[in-house]
Amino acid sequence: MTEEILRVRGLRKRFPGVVALDGVDFDLRPGEVHVLLGENGAGKSTLIKMLSGAYHPDEGTIFMDGRETAIRTAEDAQRHGIATIYQEFNLVPQLTVAENLMLGRPPRRFGFVDKKAMYRHAQELLDRVGVDADPRAPLASLGIARMQMVEIAKALGLDARVLIMDEPTAVLTTSEVQRLFTIVRQLKEQGVAIVFITHHLEEIAQIGDRVTVLRDGASVAEVPADTPEEELVRLMVGRSIDQQYPRERSTQGAPLLEVRGLTRKGVFEDVSFEVRAGEVVGLAGLVGAGRTEVVRAIFGADPYDSGEVLVDGLPLPRGKVTAALEAGLGLVPEDRKGQGLVLGANIRENLGLVTMRRATHGGFVDRAGQAKAAAEVAEQLGVRMSGLGQEVRTLSGGNQQKIVIGKWLLAEANVLILDEPTRGIDVGAKVEIYQLINSLTAAGRAVLMISSDLPEVLGMSDRVLVMARGRLAGELSAAEATQDSVMALAVGELEETA
Amino acid sequence: MTTGTLRLRKGSSILSENGSLIGLVVLLVALTLLSGDFLTVTNLLNVGVQAAVTAILAFGQTFVIITSGIDLSVGAVAALSAVVLAWTATSHGMAWPLATGFALIVGIACGLVNGALITYGKLPPFIATLAMQGIARGLGLVISQGSPIALPDSVSHVGDTIGGYLPVPAIVMLLMGVITAVVLNRTYAGRAMYAIGGNEEAARLSGIKVTRQKLITYALAGGFAAVAGIVLAGRLASAQPQAALGYELDAIAAVVIGGASLSGGKGKALGTFVGALILAVLRNGLNLLSVSAFWQQVVIGIVIALAVLLDTLRRRQAS
Ligand SMILES: Nc1ncnc2c1ncn2[C@@H]1O[C@H](COP(=O)(O)OP(=O)(O)OP(=O)(O)O)[C@@H](O)[C@H]1O
Ligand SMILES: [Mg+2]
Repeated sequence: MTEEILRVRGLRKRFPGVVALDGVDFDLRPGEVHVLLGENGAGKSTLIKMLSGAYHPDEGTIFMDGRETAIRTAEDAQRHGIATIYQEFNLVPQLTVAENLMLGRPPRRFGFVDKKAMYRHAQELLDRVGVDADPRAPLASLGIARMQMVEIAKALGLDARVLIMDEPTAVLTTSEVQRLFTIVRQLKEQGVAIVFITHHLEEIAQIGDRVTVLRDGASVAEVPADTPEEELVRLMVGRSIDQQYPRERSTQGAPLLEVRGLTRKGVFEDVSFEVRAGEVVGLAGLVGAGRTEVVRAIFGADPYDSGEVLVDGLPLPRGKVTAALEAGLGLVPEDRKGQGLVLGANIRENLGLVTMRRATHGGFVDRAGQAKAAAEVAEQLGVRMSGLGQEVRTLSGGNQQKIVIGKWLLAEANVLILDEPTRGIDVGAKVEIYQLINSLTAAGRAVLMISSDLPEVLGMSDRVLVMARGRLAGELSAAEATQDSVMALAVGELEETA
Repeated sequence: MTTGTLRLRKGSSILSENGSLIGLVVLLVALTLLSGDFLTVTNLLNVGVQAAVTAILAFGQTFVIITSGIDLSVGAVAALSAVVLAWTATSHGMAWPLATGFALIVGIACGLVNGALITYGKLPPFIATLAMQGIARGLGLVISQGSPIALPDSVSHVGDTIGGYLPVPAIVMLLMGVITAVVLNRTYAGRAMYAIGGNEEAARLSGIKVTRQKLITYALAGGFAAVAGIVLAGRLASAQPQAALGYELDAIAAVVIGGASLSGGKGKALGTFVGALILAVLRNGLNLLSVSAFWQQVVIGIVIALAVLLDTLRRRQAS
């Protein structure tokens, strides 16, 4: 058995109002993929932040190569050869892709940044992960999935001995995930030790070697990665889950959302479809197929060139979020940090953001009513928090995602558009969210759902639309939709035009 | 050991949460000990009067800074409003309520222009309000032809005291402070300011009309500036086109000392009030201790730096 590169004993960490880690033991060997598994708020990200120098443990010890070590800063971590892919990304949206990739260590010539070398090196890194992005483009112009790939490429550029990946696959589609796994396998062969966090259980057996399960901040089990999924779930949430996708079909009514010939030059073209009352329509496709762009245009967040959007039979003006909202549309955006949340505000304020207008009478906001509604929805979604006054920034990733969803549940939209709604949400909480989707459609509302998680699209949709290269490549009924038929449509058009 | 560190952390967080308030208390105690003239009713009321103009400007500035903007025009707008008040009251013989209303409208209009330049014109707030600073100052000079206009008696009462005791400027300051607190905490406009400053894109996608709310924000700042100008004119019994020169910087300093963040989303009326009091108490105390005006500037500069350092420290602790 190879020597451990990293070992952690009895790690504890408290934050005001919460115990985030309550005794974690963990170790890591060169050439292995060690999966960290646990519910939202179990302490996974907190643990890895102590290995990357972002947080300091209150108690406990970290050993590197058998020697007790204090990792106080990010530089310390880098010196030990630890690189981290953060769940919430460690990127600067205003800078270019290349500048982000070389953050803090741009190639220099005579004391000046050597731009040519920077772009060349950046392109190499991007090619390595196989992402199609211009190194000169501002990072903010990339969607969340390509940002994730940049974050991955950046960490790979550090040539680390220990690579920590906090939910790298949360927004990636199957093909990007497979590409990532190929890279991970290469790294393994080179003896790199990898910590891997995911809520997609099927990935564990594919890529993992060992699994450490965290529950309420404590490590409760260490099992091999080929442990059956049901067993992993039981270890993680303390009970078993009967049905991961409990879709209950409701009777379908009139079309609530109609999209006709929607076109934005160079982005998407001639997109037409409808979503009926009581229906869940899934929107599948590869990263970059234009799904997010289409729903943003429908919601009025972005402009479009031609076409029409009708809600309840009435046309919607272009590019007006407030009009879309009044017509009964809602959009849970894919990028919770950039578009969904006011990170510096607390849970109550974030949950009340959309409903605030409705709760205002004579210019004054009904704060008590807002607080009550927030408390109810937070309870419903099982948000793990110290209280409604907790700053959203300090919530765990999955719990932040629940806040974005909760905010739109309170808005009681007639047509709810969900863009990667379960990004970073644990298996147990996912079921709760699917249940809520069921109750929405049972009440005659409609849901349009984008998801890169194909099993989720297949499991929850009554109908699946597949986009490829900015066009609708096809439509599949629930019976026709399978992993293969969806992928064939998503990729097929690509090959035709190539 | 852990409970010890926990308690320590809790203690230090209370300290940094209310850092400016503690600073003010320390300052008050120190000055009381250093100067026998400090802790007298007359002097404290005097401080209140001295603080009033800065505080009112700073309340208006608080709205803007919470939306992550900045308003460099408030000093000039205050002066312009004062000139308009005096001018309409004297050369046009307007009754004082009408003249005051007119001055307020001018302030609000300046704010609206700021807001329009920033939202529709897409100018950075710094540039838009810098331009407005020049425009307002210039218009004040044009209208007054460069010289002070004495206020008619009917108007100069704003500088008076009620019952020979309570100074009107201080009362107006408190009133504006309460209005600020209510707007920020209770109204849609106030809550929208926090959301916009915290994450403008998230606010927009949540259905907040960002353009409209920003117009309201800058209009409020302009209106507050007009009130400050009226109070200042009342105190001086005349409107001076060159009054309130550089006051926008004091106002910004007060807001920042009060714990607001220039990157937006944070700030409170009470904090700003404390910030303005710190500046006024400091100036008053340094005067009482006969510190030269030159050194006073140095001291105030240091205080501003310290306050912001404390803020950075607090944020680092939070992350
Ligand atoms: N800076 C902080 N201040 C206060 N509480 C914090 C802070 N950081 C984390 N927490 C709390 O610590 C707990 C563990 O959070 P952590 O981010 O480690 O969870 P996680 O296992 O990564 O969850 P997820 O699957 O949702 O990403 C949560 O309850 C969270 O609210
Ligand atoms: Mg996490």
